Amino acid sequence: MENAVQQINNLSIGFTSKKGEQISILKNITTNIKKGETVGIVGESGSGKSTLALAMMGYVKQGLYTISGECLFHSNDLLRMKDKDLEDIRGRKIAMIPQNAGQSLTPNLKIGYQIDEALKLHTDLKIQDRNKKISELLNKVRLPSPEIMAQRYPHELSGGQQQRVAVAMALAGNPELLLLDEPTTGLDVTTQAHVLELLNFIAKDTGTSMVYVSHDLGAIAQVSDRVIVMYSGQIVLDGPVRRILKNPIHPYTSGLLKSIPKLTLPGLPKSMSGSQPQPGTITKGCSFYDRCELAEMNCSNNSPELEYVKNLNTSVRCFKHKELHEKIDKDENLVTSIENTILDKEMLGLSKVSISYAKKKFIDQLLNKESDDNPTVKDINLNISKGETLALVGESGSGKSTILKSIAGLLKAKEGNIKYENNKILPNELKLRDPNSLRAIQLIFQNPDESLNPNHTVEQIVSQPLKLYFGLQGEKLKDEIIKVLKKVRLGEFYLTRYPRQLSGGEKQRVAVARAFAAKPDVILCDEVTSALDVSVQAAVLNLLQELKKDFGTTYIFVSHDLAVVRAISDRVAVLYQGRLCEIGPSKNVYNFPSHPYTEVLLGAVLEPDPDIKPKLVAEDIVEEKPPEKGCSFQGRCPRKVGEICNSEVPPWQIGENGNAIRCHINIDELRNLQK
Amino acid sequence: MELQVEKPKSNLFKIYEIISTMASRPSGLIGLTILLFHVVLAVTSPLYAPHDFKAIDPSLMLLPPSSEYWFGTDSLGRDVFTRTILGGRTALTVTFFGSIIALLWGGALGIFCGLVGGRIDDVVMRIIDAFLSIPWILAMLLIVSLLGTSTIVLIPALGFFYGKGIVRVARAATHDVIAKDFIVSARARGHGNLSIIWNEILPNVRDAIMVEGAMRWSWMLLGFSSLSFLGFGVSPPTPDWGLMISNARGLMSFAYWAVLAPIVGLSSLIIGINLTADAFAKALGIDRSTKAPV
Repeated sequence: MENAVQQINNLSIGFTSKKGEQISILKNITTNIKKGETVGIVGESGSGKSTLALAMMGYVKQGLYTISGECLFHSNDLLRMKDKDLEDIRGRKIAMIPQNAGQSLTPNLKIGYQIDEALKLHTDLKIQDRNKKISELLNKVRLPSPEIMAQRYPHELSGGQQQRVAVAMALAGNPELLLLDEPTTGLDVTTQAHVLELLNFIAKDTGTSMVYVSHDLGAIAQVSDRVIVMYSGQIVLDGPVRRILKNPIHPYTSGLLKSIPKLTLPGLPKSMSGSQPQPGTITKGCSFYDRCELAEMNCSNNSPELEYVKNLNTSVRCFKHKELHEKIDKDENLVTSIENTILDKEMLGLSKVSISYAKKKFIDQLLNKESDDNPTVKDINLNISKGETLALVGESGSGKSTILKSIAGLLKAKEGNIKYENNKILPNELKLRDPNSLRAIQLIFQNPDESLNPNHTVEQIVSQPLKLYFGLQGEKLKDEIIKVLKKVRLGEFYLTRYPRQLSGGEKQRVAVARAFAAKPDVILCDEVTSALDVSVQAAVLNLLQELKKDFGTTYIFVSHDLAVVRAISDRVAVLYQGRLCEIGPSKNVYNFPSHPYTEVLLGAVLEPDPDIKPKLVAEDIVEEKPPEKGCSFQGRCPRKVGEICNSEVPPWQIGENGNAIRCHINIDELRNLQK
Repeated sequence: MELQVEKPKSNLFKIYEIISTMASRPSGLIGLTILLFHVVLAVTSPLYAPHDFKAIDPSLMLLPPSSEYWFGTDSLGRDVFTRTILGGRTALTVTFFGSIIALLWGGALGIFCGLVGGRIDDVVMRIIDAFLSIPWILAMLLIVSLLGTSTIVLIPALGFFYGKGIVRVARAATHDVIAKDFIVSARARGHGNLSIIWNEILPNVRDAIMVEGAMRWSWMLLGFSSLSFLGFGVSPPTPDWGLMISNARGLMSFAYWAVLAPIVGLSSLIIGINLTADAFAKALGIDRSTKAPV
């Protein structure tokens, strides 16, 4: 391989367990990165993708060691190199861009100084040249007014800008290979689209080889030329991006693709059963055997080798790839569309709700004056019927979680009221609510690692609401816990387990079980799937939908992911800076005409298809405060009409299908503009 | 797919597990051995003490170590070996119960302040700060001279002064968990503060508080011995290391044995408790000595 920048041969990395067994995290990885190529490494958490990316820098995490194989960078084995020699390569030849740029930048040093440090270390430039180079780099990553930017501290930049600075620092040494570890995962959808576009540009402009590690097939599709799919420490599929994402010939990849909700295909995607095996548990046979629909006897006894299929230019680790290749185009029922029975009974009603985080100043308190006339969330009117799923959508800072907290009573609404079950006003403080209304509204959180007490067993976790609301004890309590766990498809033997002994999906099931144990009328779901892998996400969404069918529960579903929202909700409310922009039946919100902000959001959605490019219609500026008057979206709106947007709050306009849009542009005109 | 069914572990088994993990490191094993040795010695020493600890005999003054008097005799002709093996009894008992009191009130107040926050927290913590700024030994001397040196006075007094630090640790540990979603979830369900403390916070901060308590124990031992050294701890003729060191220090140049034995006793016990506490922390997964990951 002459033009390979990096060549990895038969690499295995692992650790020695307490019992003294050798357990591999990476198993016999053989691949190469060519000059100028962008390779996407995709896999779910625990697949070993980050370990592989770190090994490409010659770094093996503490506790792990190289079992066999080599990682050659221009025929030097990085894994056996002296630290001193490695220092010359890292940064100069191979650079890494970490996941969270905000945490990887030193908070008390100016941006310019930090880039200068990288330049000092990795180049031989003189001071004057370095200053010029800093501006040049910041320009290259498209940060506005580089001279001013260089004087700022990291906290003065938004997440997207911080990520750009990280890219600039990585480019300082003019590396041949750029490693990116989930560089856009923490970013908002619109920012993510912009950063990916920048990376594409840099790859073309500098000819740098890139390795893009991500769990997000959508992002991978946008940047990569070649995709490597990892499962349980092995490469299962390796080939050109279109080949992999359009007709995958490995059952794991096709299952993964099927479980991603897509905007073009409304409805709940199929989920893959089971979860990735723990390292060291699979001793013989295919590691995907347990979850594979095509598995047969042969698969459980023999491990398939990575086989190169010449006419497809793809390597695959499956005995049955030919079959998969042939049957691929048959259109199956990929999604189940949801049908909810919505009763004509109002479950929750929010009228004119405003929420403010600002603390009253002492002087204002004395004068009994309202201090904050520009609250975080303002003027929210929402009605939710029994059995409905209402989704709240928006980027970070849009106030969607704030609204949920206020409904749950955790945050005091400043103005307005929340009505429950036809006109019963809920007190806005938790202490004043009666037990029955507390029971009726339950929350499910984003991250089950945080929402489950790590020192409680599953039994203790699920028993909390049962003891509190129904006063159950002893045998009765235990029976009820088992019954609830069965509903979320967890067996009795989970009772004695601790959260750390469960997989991500199982943990979220326990959280769902805890919410349902209270027999609630309304469940508030706060980004419940965004911490989960895609295959698990589909399973949780399906579970929520089944439970809804059984109990007629009403959901309020908060998410930043438009495709997920499209899959599960009846109605969608789009929020920007704590103000409603658009609300309507979900099938209409996703059709034009729509609010310019919805248009921006829809444009930035990344589909796992390299041929569908995101549309970048608005700048990815981050606004910290909602504007004091006028339309909330005035600062970023690509369709701003003029002064009126800055001065007047736009009126509600109702489209022919019942979706309401808050914009100064006439709805018919919007339709023409967005065609 | 076969599923492994785990049997719930009994508390006794958990304790066994923790102790065996502690003993699996050399430092933990050494610490546990020293501590165990001292505890056994303290419990059983009256049974085999070779001489009467309070028998004064001027003819036996300051004898060097011999087969009859293993560690020699002190300035009043008492057997140093007998007094050394008996000398840890009071110190160990007083400080053990003292640290439990420190643990209880410090932990409870710390968790409460961490949970409630706001003005109450501010006021309580400033009071704690004020107490921290008073040299404890002066305050102890005051208390002891007013109320006497009985263990009924010493245990709560030491417990109070060594609990102040635990308040801070418990409060910080509470702050770590208080923002987690499972607390928010419990609040949203409508649990009261007591239930949240007992069910949600305590299991998560218990380890940190217990390790801190174990560390305080060794400091308290040193503190108690200092009091004895100054003549405010154990009253003679009851043997005590601090007191023995104090009595024999002037004769150190020609009767080193009379001061050496209690010093070895006291410092080995403190080292033993320290090593045990460190191993305990490691076994619970609270490692205070590891470097930041590179």
